[in-house]
Amino acid sequence: MPKDDGIGASVKRREDNRFLTGNGRYTDDINLRGQAYVHFLRSDVAHGRIKAIDSSAAGSMPGVLKVFTSADFASAGGIPCGWQVTDRHGQPMQEPKHPILAEGKVRHVGDPIAAVVAETYEQARDAAEAIEVDIEDLEPVIDMKAALAEGAPKVHDDLSSNLCYDWGFVEENKDAVNAAFGNAAHVVSLELTNNRLVANPMEPRVAVGDYDPWGDMHTLYTTSQNPHVIRLLMGAFVLSIPEHKLRVVAPDVGGGFGSKIYHYAEEAFCTHAAKVLKRPVKWTSSRSEAFISDAHGRDHKTKIELALDADHNFTAIRTETYANMGAYLSTFAPSIPTWLHGTLMAGNYKTPLIYVNVKAVFTNTVPVDAYRGAGRPEATFQLERLIDKAARQLGVDPIELRRRNFIQPDQFPYQTPVAVVYDTGNYDATLDKMLELADYASFDKRAEESKARGKLRGFGIAHYIEACGIAPSNLVGQLGARAGLYESATIRVNATGSISVYTGSHSHGQGHETTFAQVVAEMIGVDADSIHIHHGDTSNTPMGMGTYGSRSLAVGGSAIVKATNKVIDKARKIAAHLLEAAPEDIELKDGKFSVAGTDKSVDWSGVTLAAYVPHNYPLEDLEPGLEETAFYDPSNFTYPAGAYGCEIELDPETGKIDILRFVAADDFGNVVNPMIVEGQVHGGLAQGIGQALLENCVYDENGQLLSGSYMDYAMPRADDFRGFVVDHSCNTPCTHNPLGVKGCGEAGAIGSPPAVVNAAIDALHRAGHTHITHIDMPLTPSRVWSAMNR
Amino acid sequence: MHAFEFVKPSSIADAVKALASGEAIPLSGGQTLIPSMKARLNAPEVLVSLTGIAEMKGVCRDGDVLVVGAATTHAEVARAAAGDFPGLAGLAGKIGDPAVRSRGTIGGSLANNDPSACYPAAALGTGARIVTDRREIAADDFFQGMFTTALKEGEVITSVRLPIPEASAYAKFLQPASRFALTGVFVAKYAAGVRVAVTGASEGGVFRWAEAEAALSSDFDSEALSGLSVAAEGMISDLHGTPEYRAHLVRVMTRRAVAAAS
Repeated sequence: MPKDDGIGASVKRREDNRFLTGNGRYTDDINLRGQAYVHFLRSDVAHGRIKAIDSSAAGSMPGVLKVFTSADFASAGGIPCGWQVTDRHGQPMQEPKHPILAEGKVRHVGDPIAAVVAETYEQARDAAEAIEVDIEDLEPVIDMKAALAEGAPKVHDDLSSNLCYDWGFVEENKDAVNAAFGNAAHVVSLELTNNRLVANPMEPRVAVGDYDPWGDMHTLYTTSQNPHVIRLLMGAFVLSIPEHKLRVVAPDVGGGFGSKIYHYAEEAFCTHAAKVLKRPVKWTSSRSEAFISDAHGRDHKTKIELALDADHNFTAIRTETYANMGAYLSTFAPSIPTWLHGTLMAGNYKTPLIYVNVKAVFTNTVPVDAYRGAGRPEATFQLERLIDKAARQLGVDPIELRRRNFIQPDQFPYQTPVAVVYDTGNYDATLDKMLELADYASFDKRAEESKARGKLRGFGIAHYIEACGIAPSNLVGQLGARAGLYESATIRVNATGSISVYTGSHSHGQGHETTFAQVVAEMIGVDADSIHIHHGDTSNTPMGMGTYGSRSLAVGGSAIVKATNKVIDKARKIAAHLLEAAPEDIELKDGKFSVAGTDKSVDWSGVTLAAYVPHNYPLEDLEPGLEETAFYDPSNFTYPAGAYGCEIELDPETGKIDILRFVAADDFGNVVNPMIVEGQVHGGLAQGIGQALLENCVYDENGQLLSGSYMDYAMPRADDFRGFVVDHSCNTPCTHNPLGVKGCGEAGAIGSPPAVVNAAIDALHRAGHTHITHIDMPLTPSRVWSAMNR
Repeated sequence: MHAFEFVKPSSIADAVKALASGEAIPLSGGQTLIPSMKARLNAPEVLVSLTGIAEMKGVCRDGDVLVVGAATTHAEVARAAAGDFPGLAGLAGKIGDPAVRSRGTIGGSLANNDPSACYPAAALGTGARIVTDRREIAADDFFQGMFTTALKEGEVITSVRLPIPEASAYAKFLQPASRFALTGVFVAKYAAGVRVAVTGASEGGVFRWAEAEAALSSDFDSEALSGLSVAAEGMISDLHGTPEYRAHLVRVMTRRAVAAAS
């Protein structure tokens, strides 16, 4: 039985007390004395040359402190990109400058041209309307393939074309893959779009810059998933502020989903403007602004092919993908369609040969970067849709086709042909569990019942694997990452035994304050209530890489385990001294150190007090105090996997899809807090199903965002769902991190889109619409009906 | 939003006077106007609130007509019309969400004449008379295309007189993002015949489907609609539906409205 607040217990989230009562402290809640407000004048055209900016009238309007343009940032660097991809020919990607304010050209609707800082927000907005900008409209490039056509207008005049890179993976396998297709008994192909999404966290982005001239200290409060990364990127590459003069604080953050990983121009602006004006400067994004300034997600166009032998074993996979980068390279953008996508193309299957080609393209649209799942949903979607299509084309059961090709439990560790080594897994087990929980055996009866009511019922499955717990630093360094991806923790044990944990991870919805306390409580045997988790402030947490890629427990939690073990080792020595025994004879259990085989013991607080009041203490051998820091760098990714089943009913009159039941059977390895894991899966499923049925970010041919508000961008709502069946009982613990955990944050968003689409295609085929082999997401009623009535 | 002056008169006469300046525009529930002001798409000098005028509020029955004050909220109509005119109450009770229904008003909705709004279908589908501070306008003359009505500058809707049908229902297919009507059909059966009004579908705004009215007038049964169709030409094309899809939905929603009413 788990300790009631230790590992394995569904402890209620302690942070919810403040969140649910409206007492969270978000960046927008921070208001500093003398604070001024900035409003950004943003481009309303997708592509244009800035001929003149006249801000004289705006500058003299009431309350205006200063109007900034790119000239005010002449000495600053561009917003850096954190990952350099090398193309098929060994050349580095094309990497354009990303200025804080537009220099010479505007490249997407929303590109900031000028910024007005005023005493009030409304004054700044009023003045921005008075800025006269003379822009010569240039022809925009919106469609990726058109952007690569000969003679297409260039997003960046100084680059040779709109091609960021043409990546091949594994390039050396290309000929062998082509040969396998030549020898295949069956070839199945599918062309599809992975729709562009807007992350839409509940809290829009906010930045507050502050400057203390007496200490030459800069502080940035920002809505970030990784404050240390922002400090490094902005300090070293943009504003030339050394780390010891720059503090970045990301307090409570209301969701990120990837969109708050990146270093954004507005952060650098507020930090710099605060120094120029000697006033704190605050920016709060409106929701409309978020649509045109937060990095978007996905936006791939893919052709995927599968080769099979006569026995339906997969023999090769070949893909060609166009990946939209938008107008500039966001922080991790180049890595998403490559290393977070190509490496997952084996899925759960033992396909021996794989070749992935990705062409990353600049267009006059908002930059595209990681969004919950980041590359892995794109890989999973194409693979799982293709396998379903293959099963139909070959006339075999899609479940059996998957089982035939699954990597088997005795094959782990399994080296895939796309670089990664899966450590553990049991894919048949999660599939069996899903089918059981979905009551798949009696599906046909339910389908008949729907038919009697004039409705079409369908069942779709998808199996996924993802690589998370990002990532071994030496590996990602070879792959082009310009940062390490370790995580850090400091365990500061206080004199009376309470414990302050400082983590480099950042919680913005994940529940770290609860889960991390459970881990430490379990290890030392003290109450979780005596442990507090601090995060989000570079001035008191060790350099950490932050939270994304389902890494916090696997990497950040491991750092906490490592630091806690150091603490325990030292405490054991202190206890040995107090108990006059050898350290190796000291046992720690339930917060008490005792000498094995005796009744001699000392409480945790007795040891901690001795550490800080070292009157009876081995000062010649040990330093006083009890505080340890650890950095943990994983030796591999972790590989959560699972089987998802989606049962839908489709109204043939309207094309509307209703999800009747959704079952997620996930293998997350060991689980620290099952309730939080379940919540993470729920959230991921809502976003994945949102992508499949509702969400779509659409530009028109002029580069105007057609889905720029909730009037046209359909977010999933609670009443779109009937609840989820979530199981994580089939687990194969991760073999290389101390907790045996895998990540759970992105799984739902990765595995669910193909399950939903497969269910829809299943329903249509059962009703005789066999000409429909695919419908692009989102499967809106109009799209489904149009496919049925083509 | 830009700064503006706010006036809240307590009588229709005062409201009309306040609106005469030309710089003023009326504010009812504000469900469209306030967001457009916040987005700086609209910047009136003066806002004249219509929600403090007692004579413009409430629902009452006048013989075979239900009289709804123009400043009556959707939530109030959903409650007060449930007994006399359940078809109207059902429509009002499904506009937007609870917050919208607690602020939005029938007069505001009709004056705005959003092509995807629900109320225009009820007004046209019942042959309502729109009462203003100076005249009565038949619904057939009132709606003049998307966001366009017969209202003159400064003219204020004070109440809406809706003939109570023998049977009625509204069937709405939701636009997935806004949850406005992607296509909504209001069907009302009177002794003199059946009226069918369609919202959300046409580029011309709310319209009557004459063929369906004729067929249903002789046989008020959804089967009577078989074989009838609406042309896709002139239907709205956007992210959420093709003209063909909307034309198809007109038939489906009409059938569903008839089934619900009968």
